[in-house]
Order: sequence, then C-alpha cells, then structure tokens
Amino acid sequence: MLIAKNIEFSYQKDQKFNIPDLTLKEGEQLLILGQSGSGKTTILNILGGLLKPHQGEVFINGTSLYGLSGAALDKFRGNNIGIIFQKPHILAPLTVEENLKLANFFSGKDGRKNENLLSDLGILHKRKAKVNTLSEGEAQRVSIARALANSPKVILADEPTASLDDVNAANVVKLLKEQAEKFNAVLIIVTHDQRVKDHIANQITIGGEA
Amino acid sequence: MNMLKLSWKYLIAKPLNTGLNILLLALGLAIITVLIVIQDQFESKMTRDAQGIDLVVGAKGSPLQLILSSVYHIDFPTGNIDMNDAMALSRNRLVKNIIPMGLGDNYQGYRIVGTNYDYLDLYNAQVQEGSKWDKPFDVVLGFEVATKLGLGIGDNFVGSHGIGSSSHEHDEHPYTITGILQPMGNVLDKLILTSIESVWYTHDDDHDHGKFEESVAKTGFPETDEDREVTSLLIQYRNPMAAVQLPRYINSRSALQAASPSFEISRLFELLGVGVKLIQGLAIVIIVIAGLGIFIALFNSLKERKYDLAVMRTLGASSGQLFIHIVLEGVILTVLGAIVGILIGHLFIGILVMQNDQGAISTLSASVFLVEELWIIAYAVAVGIIASLIPAWSAYQTDIAKQLTKS
Repeated sequence: MLIAKNIEFSYQKDQKFNIPDLTLKEGEQLLILGQSGSGKTTILNILGGLLKPHQGEVFINGTSLYGLSGAALDKFRGNNIGIIFQKPHILAPLTVEENLKLANFFSGKDGRKNENLLSDLGILHKRKAKVNTLSEGEAQRVSIARALANSPKVILADEPTASLDDVNAANVVKLLKEQAEKFNAVLIIVTHDQRVKDHIANQITIGGEA
Repeated sequence: MNMLKLSWKYLIAKPLNTGLNILLLALGLAIITVLIVIQDQFESKMTRDAQGIDLVVGAKGSPLQLILSSVYHIDFPTGNIDMNDAMALSRNRLVKNIIPMGLGDNYQGYRIVGTNYDYLDLYNAQVQEGSKWDKPFDVVLGFEVATKLGLGIGDNFVGSHGIGSSSHEHDEHPYTITGILQPMGNVLDKLILTSIESVWYTHDDDHDHGKFEESVAKTGFPETDEDREVTSLLIQYRNPMAAVQLPRYINSRSALQAASPSFEISRLFELLGVGVKLIQGLAIVIIVIAGLGIFIALFNSLKERKYDLAVMRTLGASSGQLFIHIVLEGVILTVLGAIVGILIGHLFIGILVMQNDQGAISTLSASVFLVEELWIIAYAVAVGIIASLIPAWSAYQTDIAKQLTKS
C-alpha cells in the first residue's frame, strides 16, 4: 500500500535527513516519534506528495508519487491522501460543511459520506457553522473530517494533538484510529507528544531518542 | 462547491473591502455610461429632428442660435425677418420646399409655433385625435404637451409672450385645441402648433374679428396685404448644387442669415467634445485607481491566504485552479462593478430627467440601454483580469510544504 524507498533529503548540504525505508500494508498504523527539528514534518511532507525528495521514491497503491506531474499529483493527493495538521486550518470564509465539499470538489468526488463523517466525529450539529465559532477540539475534528472527506487510502497526521488538552488529545487519536480502521487506510501519525505513545504499538523514532 | 462559489465566499468574507472596490469601479464606469448614453441620445435626437431640413434662414445673429431655436426649439430666436424677403427666397430655383415659422410665444413653457401643414409633413406627423388647425387660434398639441398639461380637444388657453414660462399673457384671444398629435419621439412632442396667422393676430393691437373666421394658409405663405414678419424659414434644397450656392447667396444679402443644421450641430459637438474628453479622462483615472485598488486588495489578502491556498493544494487543488481562483475574484469584483456602474449611470440620468421636465435634458430616456454598455462590462472584465494577474501568479507558485511548515 505505502512504500518509501531510499529517501534522501536535505535543506542544506551538510545537514542530511536520515529517512528510514517504510513499508505499510492496508489498515496498518505507524507512529513516528521525534523531537522538534528531527525532520518529522519533512518525512510527512515527502510521504504526502508535498515535497519532492532528492532521491528515492514513494509508492502509494502502486503509483509512484513523484513520477506524477504537477496537476496529476495534486489530483492523486486529493483522492488518496488525507492530511491533518497541527493546527486545524479550516478555511475561514467557508462553513464546516463547505470545507468538506471543497475537498470533494477538488478531487471530483460526490461527498455523499460527508454527513456520516461529521456525525461520527460528533460535529454534525456544527455543519453550518463558521470556523470562528468552533472550539479548538471541534476545529481539529473538522480538519479530520475534511482530510477523510474523499475516503483516502493514506491518512497522514502531523502533530494532531499538540495544541489540545489531554481529553481532546486522547479523543482525536481515538477518532483517527477508528476512522482509519473504518476506511481500511494506512495511518501515520508524526508527533513528539508522549500522550500518543500508548495508543499505537507500531512505532519508530527518528533523530535520536524521543 | 465550485470555483465561482469559492471565490465569491472569499469576497463576501470581507464585505467592506469588496464593497469599496466595487463602488469605486462602479463610479468610474457610471460616468462613462452617462456620457455614452447622453451622447448617443443627443446625437440621434439631433439628427432625427433635423431630418429633411437642409438650411434654416432667419435674422442675422448666431447661426447656432438660429438652428437651436428653429429646429430644436431650445434657444431664443434671433429675431424676425420681413415676409417679403422670405417670399422672394421661396421663388429661388434652388429651393424645393420652404416652411415659414413664427416663434416667440409659449404656454406654460411649451412653445407655440406658427407654421403650416408642411411642417407636420416634414416629420410625417399624423393627428391622433381631432383635426389639424383650420382657423386662426386653432392649435394642435404635441403628444407630450397634451399629456403633461392634461388638455383635450375643445379646451382653451391663453398664450404668453416670450418663450419662458412666466412671461406676460396675451389675454385678448384664447387658443382652441382642435387636435392632438400622435407620439412622435421627436421635437414635435413638446410643441404647440398653429398657423402663422394665429401668431400674427395675437400680437396685433387692433383686432379685426372678421379675419378670425377665415381659413388659414395650409401651405406656403399666408396671403396678406399688410407688412408682416416671420421668424425663420426651413428650407429643402432642390439639388446638391444648392448646398454650395444658396447659403452664400442668402448670407450676402444684408437682412438674412442662412445656417446649415448639420454643420452647426457638428460644430456644437466639437465644442462640447472638449468637455466630454475631460470627463472621460476623469472617468478613466477613477477606473485605473479602482483597478489598482483591486490589485492591492488581492495582493494583501494573498499574504494572509497563502496558508489557505496551501491547504487547498493538499485537498487536491492544482496550481492552475488556484490561479483561476484568484483571477475569478478580480473578475467577479469588476463585473459587479460594471453592473452597478451601469445602473448608477442610468439612475443618474433618470434623476436628471425628473428634475428637468422641459428643455433639452427632458428628451433623454434613462431606460434605453445601448450595445456599447456591453463593452463597459468587457472593459471591466479586462481590468479585473489585469489587476489579478500578479496575485494569481503568486498563488500559482505557492510552495505548499514551505507554507505549511511556516505556520
């Protein structure tokens, strides 16, 4: 399902990121732990098709990500990869529902499952709300719903719990796991948050001990 | 959700900014709209009213004034001419048709024109109700005069001397309305038409009531033994040669002046052209500033929106779609600006017409839309595209990973 091979990347010549090879099957989950500056986000960006590595390849469902050209890669990403960021980044001019519909629009999906998704995440009653009326936890759940709106094969989460309190953090991780299992999707969470550790058994640590 | 709706949502998220940009552009385009609508209507009205009139002859003075008073009935007449001179001219072989006019009176601001049936035939005017004048003091009202003043067949009124509405009245003999013209869409709508004899007899000091019962002249000049005057003559040439010879021949005679409507009107437009150019320039400056305003608004909002754009990319938007997203914002702004501008322009003309129910402006219509106004929308779209090109290009080049990592 997801294969990363021989990935090399550096922002500066003398500072190379050591990126391990990854092979994940459908429904598998992985926690990548590492301190700030260890290159966690860089890995996620490379896996998500947002940042082209200097060497190596990423295969999702048999397709080489960086073998795709500009617009095709964008479309592929919209269809197959759901990305969740540390901050929710809900598009403020749009309502919760419209944020999901936008994701559907860009990848050409119909968005029939949007309402189920919102109700699974407990935010169906907020579907007409604007982002500035949501709490932090609600906003993060909206961003999860948006990342899942196109039923992705791969879910990538970058520090999804960093700005949340304990209760919300546990909730978000639980929801991510549940949804990933439901879609039978690969779930990769990148974090330095120790609270997440107990939830996912399959872990790797990069850039020294976390 | 689609691109148009997405751009629209971003625009209405900033209503004040968006509103200001639309208003500024609308203002510039409204000025252009007013200019082209007025210019078009004046020009077509001027040509329509002067149709079939090759030359106007009257007393010496300003030729433009002679044309404005005798053809368009918007200025004061230059004075009167002796009827013997006029009749001598009518026998000239270069003259095909000659229509005498006696001007100088009004009723409530509507001008009373003494003439003959030829004047009606010039515009192919038909009587809608009643009949044409037959006796002195019979009048036929233009359609608008009848409706505005609420007068009908058989009603009487007393004319006033002069052509403004508050001059002294000729109280001796009232006019009787015998007919009302059909709506013509030209200068006749605002005129009260009667025979030359009526105009003469109103101004006579002694009243010979015997004459009042005789029929008036329907064509040519009235027959009279007395020394009479007319105000002006509308002339049709017999052949193209007349255009060269007749004005020179008439102007060389001391008492008369000849003026060509087409020449004087193009001279008038030339004079007005300077003012029109000035206002046009002002409008273009406003439009350019509006374009700059849109550019700055888009460019500034882009700084805040780089993150949103990067998020859209992660959701599957291509860089081309982001480019279109920004250009659409510019285009929506300017198309709205154009529509609002055109409406403001027409509203302005409407108000102008409402406040001037007589005179030159009152003949304008606010509800006539021109094909040129579609061009205004096209220009506006061009302004929108140009103003949004640089911001859109910058959106196109958004580096997603860098943008998302920055937070």
